Amino acid sequence: MGTNDQTRSLPRGLRLVAVAGAAALTLTAGLATPLDPAPRQARAADDGKKVLTVAVAQSVDSLSPFLAVRLLSTSIHRLMYEYLTNYDPKDNHAIPGLATKWESSPDKLTWTYTIRSNSTWSDGRQATAEDAAWTFNKMMTDDGAATANGSYVGNFRKVTAPSPTKLVIELKKPQATMTALDVPIVPKHVWEKVSDFSEFNNDKSFPIVGNGPFVLTGYKADSYVRLKANKSFWRGAPKFDELVFRYYKDQDAAVSALRKGEVSFVAGSPSLTPAQAASLEGAENIKVNDAPGRRFYALATNPGAKAKNGKKFGDGHPSLLDQRVRNALFMAVDRKAIIDKVFQGHAVEGEGYIPPRFSQYFWKPTASQKLAYDPAEAARLLDQAGYKKNGDGKRVGKDGKPITYRVLCHATDPNDKAVGKYLQEWWGDLGIGVRLNCLDNVTDPWLAGKYDLAFDGWSVNPDPDFVLSIHTCGALPATPEDTGATDNFICDKTYDELYARQLAEYDPAKRADIVKQMESRLYDLGYMNVMAYPNAVEAYRTDQIKSITTMPAKAGNIYGQDGYWSWWSAVPADSGGSSDNASSTGVVVGVVAGVVILGGLGAFAAMRRRATAEDRE
Amino acid sequence: MTADATPALVEDKQQTAAGPRVRKGSAYPRYLAGKVAGAAVSLLAVLVTSFFLFRLIPGDPVKTMTGGRQVSAEQLAAYRREFGLDLPLWRQFTDYCGKALTGDFGTSYQFRAPVVDKITEALPNTLLLTGTAFVLYTALGIFLGTRSAWRRGGLGDRVNTGLALTLYSIPSFWLGLLLIIVLSVGIGPIPGMFPTGGMESGGKEGFAYVVDVAHHLVLPVVTLVAVEYGQTLLVTRSALLDEMGSDYLTTARAKGLRDDLVRRRHAVPNALLPTVTLIFINLGRTVAGVILVETVFSWPGLGGLFYQALSVPDLPLVQGLFFVFAAAVIVMNTLADLVYPLLDPRVAR
Repeated sequence: MGTNDQTRSLPRGLRLVAVAGAAALTLTAGLATPLDPAPRQARAADDGKKVLTVAVAQSVDSLSPFLAVRLLSTSIHRLMYEYLTNYDPKDNHAIPGLATKWESSPDKLTWTYTIRSNSTWSDGRQATAEDAAWTFNKMMTDDGAATANGSYVGNFRKVTAPSPTKLVIELKKPQATMTALDVPIVPKHVWEKVSDFSEFNNDKSFPIVGNGPFVLTGYKADSYVRLKANKSFWRGAPKFDELVFRYYKDQDAAVSALRKGEVSFVAGSPSLTPAQAASLEGAENIKVNDAPGRRFYALATNPGAKAKNGKKFGDGHPSLLDQRVRNALFMAVDRKAIIDKVFQGHAVEGEGYIPPRFSQYFWKPTASQKLAYDPAEAARLLDQAGYKKNGDGKRVGKDGKPITYRVLCHATDPNDKAVGKYLQEWWGDLGIGVRLNCLDNVTDPWLAGKYDLAFDGWSVNPDPDFVLSIHTCGALPATPEDTGATDNFICDKTYDELYARQLAEYDPAKRADIVKQMESRLYDLGYMNVMAYPNAVEAYRTDQIKSITTMPAKAGNIYGQDGYWSWWSAVPADSGGSSDNASSTGVVVGVVAGVVILGGLGAFAAMRRRATAEDRE
Repeated sequence: MTADATPALVEDKQQTAAGPRVRKGSAYPRYLAGKVAGAAVSLLAVLVTSFFLFRLIPGDPVKTMTGGRQVSAEQLAAYRREFGLDLPLWRQFTDYCGKALTGDFGTSYQFRAPVVDKITEALPNTLLLTGTAFVLYTALGIFLGTRSAWRRGGLGDRVNTGLALTLYSIPSFWLGLLLIIVLSVGIGPIPGMFPTGGMESGGKEGFAYVVDVAHHLVLPVVTLVAVEYGQTLLVTRSALLDEMGSDYLTTARAKGLRDDLVRRRHAVPNALLPTVTLIFINLGRTVAGVILVETVFSWPGLGGLFYQALSVPDLPLVQGLFFVFAAAVIVMNTLADLVYPLLDPRVAR
């Protein structure tokens, strides 16, 4: 009986583990097999193809150009579809895309574009004005199709294609941004079959028909996007055979992948950190590209939130309504220290609203206008404005209470926190308290106007219309309950007049001049104080990429350009293989290691079984 | 008296074999019904909680999604209408419940795809990673745990327990990064052997695809096993230590059984109950994924999806995921409850 009992009780524990294990294994193995729904038009890179692999930190939100809003997705659309116009990599001025030339009528309300006749869709059909007209009309008539880019057609009255090479757009009001319509033109014969634009993600059948420099051949959510060179692209075929965007959630891992050669390029999120850049500086075959960025990093002031209907809301500090106070606060901000200490040199000191990268619109304050770092002058201005220090050395508001400003900061942005600490020190010296309010999501207090100052920043486009529009009175919310497009509730009559004038000015030089006047006005108002223009710090392997076009061509960035220049122009290096080949030896070694581990486990199991068998005897 | 308990257990086993249907038949169905009903109530509670809980997250999904883009006030209003955010809360809630009961969790705000599709897309990836790791760390934990307990205080025990505790207390993302640097990029004489991240290289088919995925699987699995096996080891070890003084082991030894057999056939089976509890808890957690390890290795699983959903907040996706995570734990706990009486009939009594 004893033995009987033993044999039955012995395997129970083990059986349990085995059953649980087997269940999990079956479950996972069963599920693992149909894991890959993505079609495999793209072939492996072992056949000598030159593959350019880019590590990206973002996942694709949608592959439909009517829905996609993330930088990665819209950059990929640039590669898949031609837009009417493109931006010159040298200086960002508008140059031909699908349209070869364009002109406006004397009343400024009709634009006529000539569509090129040498652009074909990847299924062999000709791209025509009819495709462009259909794309715009769809966006004007279908809410779902207007999701991502609806704002571009808001002022369109009518769009027609009188001939395959002629596109006519009639406007409601003059609009100077007609050569900056960043709308992917899609093939009508493919897209007219789509029934619901609000839910069609364009990610089920490959290759996706397009006419850009690359054709999308494969996609797997949160893993990769694969494109192949469009050999018949009208501007000339790209030099690499394939372009792969590989998703890295962790940027330290992405940097490791670059170091290893698994990827050719890494951009960081949104940029490499100073530590990541420093670790790559001097590494063999790696070039760190520290380029002027397209963002500005500013300190926004609450000008007293109000709605279009005149109702005021929020609780911004009343002292900030005095321009002298705003200017004094900014004069006590040591921008050089911010560049050196916080950005560790990877940024440029702030001047006007638009970063110097956009040379056409870049503006700097004159010597007399400039609010240079001068704490003594700042203290004098505050005294003059009537905010004097009390016995404790604290400046007192009109209500008799010591002034403490609430500064809204993004908890996810280490720069905000670091600059915030400096503000506490600098403004503390002035006798003003600072309470940092760092939140994961600053939207709620921001929209409710419940803050005094806030860290702010925008990415600027080659056409500055949008970043200018968010400071007009027209962008205020209709009522306090609504949400407007406004950035921080600025509403200034002079600024608005200038905004309207630049939008109706079709002469680029004259328009740029008005834009600069707007920047000057914004600077003087002191509600938007630009502290820095952070650089785009990125890195690539020189043994995989021989040369690549930056934008601006002289000292510019590579990832997230306006246009397809970088990936289209990249030339493979002769020596080193492409990024995918580099890992093939790793695969072999890895498989061997895996087999050894599995073998070990097998041997272990076998030994145990034998032992049991012996025991039974 | 321990002597009482053990024979009872032995007796039960014999009865199970011989035909104890009468007693079990009356208790088990009632026990089963009670547990299943409890689970159903919990699931319902989760469904309700997931709706309200995530509406407490600060942030306006529409504003976050359109942030940094050119949008008019009309467009913002259109978004709100489309997502049903303009409806009163109670309407949103009844809509949500009605649909959720039919398995429809709505459409993700940011991906414009049905939540169910997004989840079924990522679920197999997570299960592959966590399932494989689960099998390995459970087996390793039980194996090493029993050895440790059996030779308590010996060098092997001290090394084993020390190592397990050290690994258990290491943050998984840190260990993952370290493994990437050492085994993926390569350091000194160690060559880079494994991919730095992701689940596949892309563009591979058939067997090459399976090998490719397995190759990508090694480092994240090793990371998970390293940080997780310690828990199973420690629980198994302490449970076995409790059993080791028992008289029935002395009896077994007295019968002349080898020490090895005494451990495997007598001590371990009786000591496994706490470990089984842990196994089921871990099994429930496998679905929730391992957000940090998934992030370090860019594994396209549910953990990463949950993080992306939370940052918007993409309410339908967050609710759907939360429900799936909670449901997995509830189902596994219920399963554990159902299995216990089979292991130890005293439970259902």
